[in-house]
Amino acid sequence: MNNPLPPQLIILIGGLLIPLFKGKLRLAYMLALPIFAFFNYLKLEEGVYWTYSLLSFDLILGRVDKLSLIFLNVFIVLTVIAVIYNSHVKGKMEHFSGFLYAGSAMGVILAGDLITFFIFWELLTVGAAFLILVRKSPRSLGAATRYLLVHVAGGLVLLAGIVLYINENGSADFGHIGLGGVSSYFIFFGFGINCAWPIVHSWLSDTYPESTPGGVVFMATFTTKAAIYALLRGFPGEPSLIWIGVGMATFPIFYAVIENDLRKVLAYSLINQVGFMVVGIGIGTGLSMNGSAAHVYSDVLFKGLLFMSVGAVMHQTGKVKATELGGLFRSMPFTGTCCIIGAASISAFPLFSGFVSKSMIMASAAEGNFPIVWLALLFASAGVFHHAGIKIPFFAFFSHDSGIRVKEAPINMRIAMGITAVGCIAIGIFPDQTIYPLLPFEAPVYEPYTLAHVMGQSLLLLFSALAFTLLLLAGIYPAEIRAINIDSDWIYRKGGKAFYAVIDKSFNGINALAHKSLIAGATNSLCQMAKEGPTRAMILVLTPIWEISGVSAEQQVDLKKNLRNHVENGVFPIGITAFLSVVLLGILFFF
Amino acid sequence: MSDSSHKSKTAKKIIAGLFVACALGTLLDLLFLSDSFDKHAAFEWENWPGFYAVYGFVACVLLVLVSKYILRPLVMRDEDYYE
Repeated sequence: MNNPLPPQLIILIGGLLIPLFKGKLRLAYMLALPIFAFFNYLKLEEGVYWTYSLLSFDLILGRVDKLSLIFLNVFIVLTVIAVIYNSHVKGKMEHFSGFLYAGSAMGVILAGDLITFFIFWELLTVGAAFLILVRKSPRSLGAATRYLLVHVAGGLVLLAGIVLYINENGSADFGHIGLGGVSSYFIFFGFGINCAWPIVHSWLSDTYPESTPGGVVFMATFTTKAAIYALLRGFPGEPSLIWIGVGMATFPIFYAVIENDLRKVLAYSLINQVGFMVVGIGIGTGLSMNGSAAHVYSDVLFKGLLFMSVGAVMHQTGKVKATELGGLFRSMPFTGTCCIIGAASISAFPLFSGFVSKSMIMASAAEGNFPIVWLALLFASAGVFHHAGIKIPFFAFFSHDSGIRVKEAPINMRIAMGITAVGCIAIGIFPDQTIYPLLPFEAPVYEPYTLAHVMGQSLLLLFSALAFTLLLLAGIYPAEIRAINIDSDWIYRKGGKAFYAVIDKSFNGINALAHKSLIAGATNSLCQMAKEGPTRAMILVLTPIWEISGVSAEQQVDLKKNLRNHVENGVFPIGITAFLSVVLLGILFFF
Repeated sequence: MSDSSHKSKTAKKIIAGLFVACALGTLLDLLFLSDSFDKHAAFEWENWPGFYAVYGFVACVLLVLVSKYILRPLVMRDEDYYE
């Protein structure tokens, strides 16, 4: 070991200095950081690096093994690509947020203990929220707030789990956790929120489409993939993950078919792809978990490519909805081609990256004899081709001509997309030279290119395309409509408002009632009683006496008036005072 | 959605190409892969002729029908629903 520097700190601390540079110098500096980090990555060997002490715990900034290395590799590569893609952006804040986010993700991957892990995990949330905020629209402000709320809640669940775990085990070491004690369930669920499990997934589809075109390239990579890493590290082979993954792989595709915002379609397909990875972790064999890790690598590239191409369209046209786009291929052929390459990769066409990595997970489901899981994943494979593979390129670049005429995307975007597209194809054609050497687990080498597999997958995709075409020609394919579709974020978006309304009605109601009954009501009556009480009591006592002594009604009215005056002014004739004093003394004497 | 590009020559060629490819694929599947060729199939149904073709087609039709006629009526709202 010749003392490599921690890549995550190169990105994080280096990122702090970005605002000091301007123009071309800034671009050079921002490119130098991840490249320098990559050189230090190359120097890493399996082992423990950069330990420190905090609160009497010995903590580890760098636990290096094959699992952390493959994630670190793809995170650094994506950072380089995203920096190039984003280099036209003038605002310092967006670049800085990207580096904060990327560096934190690398910190999560390298953390050797749960405390270090948690610190970077939370920084990750902050970085992502900034990336949404930098779009500076009221919608992105709302989205960033919701993003923070969900992830801070998730972070607290995780923190509770970690504290319990350290208490139970006396060690903060982050290795295999496995579902067992209470603490493990908290940690498991804390990971699950970032992993976008069903029902807790909607932070993703709600907020990613509100980010900037470049910001979402970072976002599509780090949060969910860091959670996949955490699950691979802590809960490999946990059977419940199989069904959680199947849920993730299947339900979002229905949403994706009817969604109008193309980046939201991609957000749903992101959940769908992460579902495949989760299934792989759940099956827990060497092949399946290698499949998950390989699919992380492929997905970062092809999902990045799809988000970049849709982002380029958004950057050039200012539009991102299927209803507003179409016919752009002539204006933006390069972007369109990259989009198609990304679409082919996510759909797992032979010769593209998804074909290699997704098939490993499918094959392991077959090997482990999970027929229903296998059929569900096959359904999801056909579905992802349908919505991401066909829908995205079709509605953006073909379909009806929207009449929009724009220039091709800026050169920096094209370079970034070009590199990524080459990566997608390289993994698809040369898995032995690209992705296989990085795979972390012991397993026999998987051969994707058998005749039967190529035939089967090709037929699946061809007939999915046929279904799309026939449905479209028959007018059955759901027309794109300017609308939104509610999802489980409804619970806190409308629920939040309902909660506010309930709290408003109940507490302000109590307040109003209290005002009415106590301040306006009781106090007033008390005042009235203090004022009127003695008069009334006296009139009550004196009326019979007056009646007996034969005072006439008119005289009685006069007497009452006099009495009232006396009481209100607090003056009584001496006779009455003396009489009342005697009565009082009598009461005191007898009781 | 029904407009010029669907009816353009290129679109027609692409659609025709797709039909041909589907037909050829099915033919290949039936000819070479049904009996004599060992598919290393993990499940019995992978050996059924045309399994992948039928599954892909039916899956996509079901996906679209369920999305359009069940999910959309349940979840679709105006664009300013949350504003």
